[in-house]
Amino acid sequence: MGGTTVARETPAGDLRLANLTKRFGVFTAVDEVNLTIPQGSFFALLGASGCGKTTTLRMIAGLEEPTSGQVLLGDRDIARLRPYKRPVNTVFQSYALFPHLDIFENVAFGLRRRGIRDVGEQVERMLALVQLEGYGRRLPAQLSGGQQQRVALARALINHPQVLLLDEPLGALDLKLRRQMQIELKRIQTEVGITFVHVTHDQEEAMTMADTVAVMNAGRIEQLGAPADIYEFPATAFVANFLGQSNLIAAEAAGAAGDDVPVTAHGARYSVPAARARVDRGPVHLGVRPEKLHLVGSADQVPAGHQHVAGVVSDASYVGVSTQYLLRTAWGSELSVFAANSGSAERFAVGAEAVAHWDPRHAFLLPREPGAEDQTTPVLDEPVGVKS
Amino acid sequence: MSALAHVPTGQSTGAKPPPAARRGRYRALPYLLLLPGGGWLLLFFALPLLQLAAASLYDPGGSLATGYAMTWAFGNYPDALAAYWPHFLRSFGYAGLALVLALLMGYPLAYAIAQKAGRWKNLLLVCVVAPMFTSFLVRTLAWKTILSDNGWVVGLLRDVHLLGPDGRLLATPFAVVLGLTYNFLPFLVLPLYASLERLDPRLLEAASDLYASPVRAFRRVTLPLSMPGLVAGTLLFFIPASGDYINAELLGTPNEYMIGNVIDSAFLVRLDYPQGAALSFLLMAAILAVVFGYLRRAGTEDVL
Repeated sequence: MGGTTVARETPAGDLRLANLTKRFGVFTAVDEVNLTIPQGSFFALLGASGCGKTTTLRMIAGLEEPTSGQVLLGDRDIARLRPYKRPVNTVFQSYALFPHLDIFENVAFGLRRRGIRDVGEQVERMLALVQLEGYGRRLPAQLSGGQQQRVALARALINHPQVLLLDEPLGALDLKLRRQMQIELKRIQTEVGITFVHVTHDQEEAMTMADTVAVMNAGRIEQLGAPADIYEFPATAFVANFLGQSNLIAAEAAGAAGDDVPVTAHGARYSVPAARARVDRGPVHLGVRPEKLHLVGSADQVPAGHQHVAGVVSDASYVGVSTQYLLRTAWGSELSVFAANSGSAERFAVGAEAVAHWDPRHAFLLPREPGAEDQTTPVLDEPVGVKS
Repeated sequence: MSALAHVPTGQSTGAKPPPAARRGRYRALPYLLLLPGGGWLLLFFALPLLQLAAASLYDPGGSLATGYAMTWAFGNYPDALAAYWPHFLRSFGYAGLALVLALLMGYPLAYAIAQKAGRWKNLLLVCVVAPMFTSFLVRTLAWKTILSDNGWVVGLLRDVHLLGPDGRLLATPFAVVLGLTYNFLPFLVLPLYASLERLDPRLLEAASDLYASPVRAFRRVTLPLSMPGLVAGTLLFFIPASGDYINAELLGTPNEYMIGNVIDSAFLVRLDYPQGAALSFLLMAAILAVVFGYLRRAGTEDVL
């Protein structure tokens, strides 16, 4: 039994998905996805379950055959190669460790299948990288979830794939361990320099780890960019609410005037810098992140240049690092406001009248379906950036 | 027997047993529950086995009419082996061949039912077990009809010249092996199915992702993980098949007779009890030797 020939010539180059589509019957799981994932980057595919992110990953791994489109590694289309012929390895969501093989043999599996005889040193080095020295002779069932996860990682990494695919690899771990592993994964990726494609539904995980995040929804990429860029200036209402939360107020815009786009919302006039407007005409959502809103007692306390909305505090939740308020506006929507607990801010009781104000440079304009209302999300337990 | 000795301790202390004795009675409960089964085994397995062992050492010169004398005739064993060793070889040969055929059919079948059948799974399982609803004898007789010289199978094979004009299927080693394969197939398929049903298909994806071609994924993942079922199934197939006598009796001729037929005739036709008993113990010993050798090789002693 000779080794399976696996193409691993020259540095692979970027991973590109070109018009990649997968249909199951009438259901389109992945719809004409186009993506370029630069070599050596840590890339996250973020989306709710059923958005097509795992199907995309499985097509890159070769476990699912695309209905149409290409998976290009450098200039080579690998979309129709059998999975065992691809220079791509996967860390599975369930880890899928071989229960009948010990940890050493699990990690050595890929090397052995390629006919490499002297695997001992490489396996030991890989076990050291994932901090599992001395665990070689144990069986997977004797390891904790976090340890199994690291074995799965070592088992994939040892093959020096050109692309490493991670399918929600931290989903089964508890919060503390997940945090540790996020840092670990990031460290290892920097160390080995392999392209990581990480599929997750956890927006915080995507933001902490990835250089570039693609937000997927209904089989399509909604937005792609650096985590901070996506967070600060989302492209669609879906992204604005999937990545963190947003107060989206229904408004009408009538075209840019100079550097600003004036809008009318619920009878009041606001403006947003033209550079932060995805559209400048017609129905729009005026968006402001809850932590960019500040509460004061009356309109005359609003700093110069800030815009404001008045309302009544309908809920106040003290969560330690911040207080999360809901402010009911005159037209009935409830805006989320996160007030950092820095000691200087005034506290508001439920029922108190208050004014929320914001710097227009922190607001953004998104396209809105005609007829769509305000979208303000309820306060979650763990909003982005507030978790300790 | 020590199990029974515990029982009276709680009862012999009179009408009002002290707490310690009462606890003793509860301790005896599991042994009490063992009584019916243990008694049954003792009466209908252990005692007859002892009787058979004794019979195998009777004076071979005796007969049913004149009675047998216990002469500790250990010579019965070498005598029986010398007379019938070809039947032993034939038994294991036929059973082994049938096992190979059954594996070739049964493994893919069990795999398909366990992994690929989806909602048809239960129906297919019923189909595997369904023949058991008719008697072993009737099923074998049905094969006798199917394979008969005037049957359509032989006719067809003669027409396409796979069989000569006088060629036959019935009364050949082929028919006996086929009968064994057919009759014991479910005993192989069911334990295999149970093992393969637990196989997580994601492990095969992982193997494929780690450069294992389908053939290697089978060898390195599927096969080792189905080993317990494979071992159990082959034993459940091989042990009764090598001791069987119905298939050779109904589908073969005396030239195809297996050791089971010899034992059958020793007890029921020739009425040579010492020889029949000695052959029975020889068969038992041979099967145990084969099984232990096999288990040692398969490296899964833990299934026993």
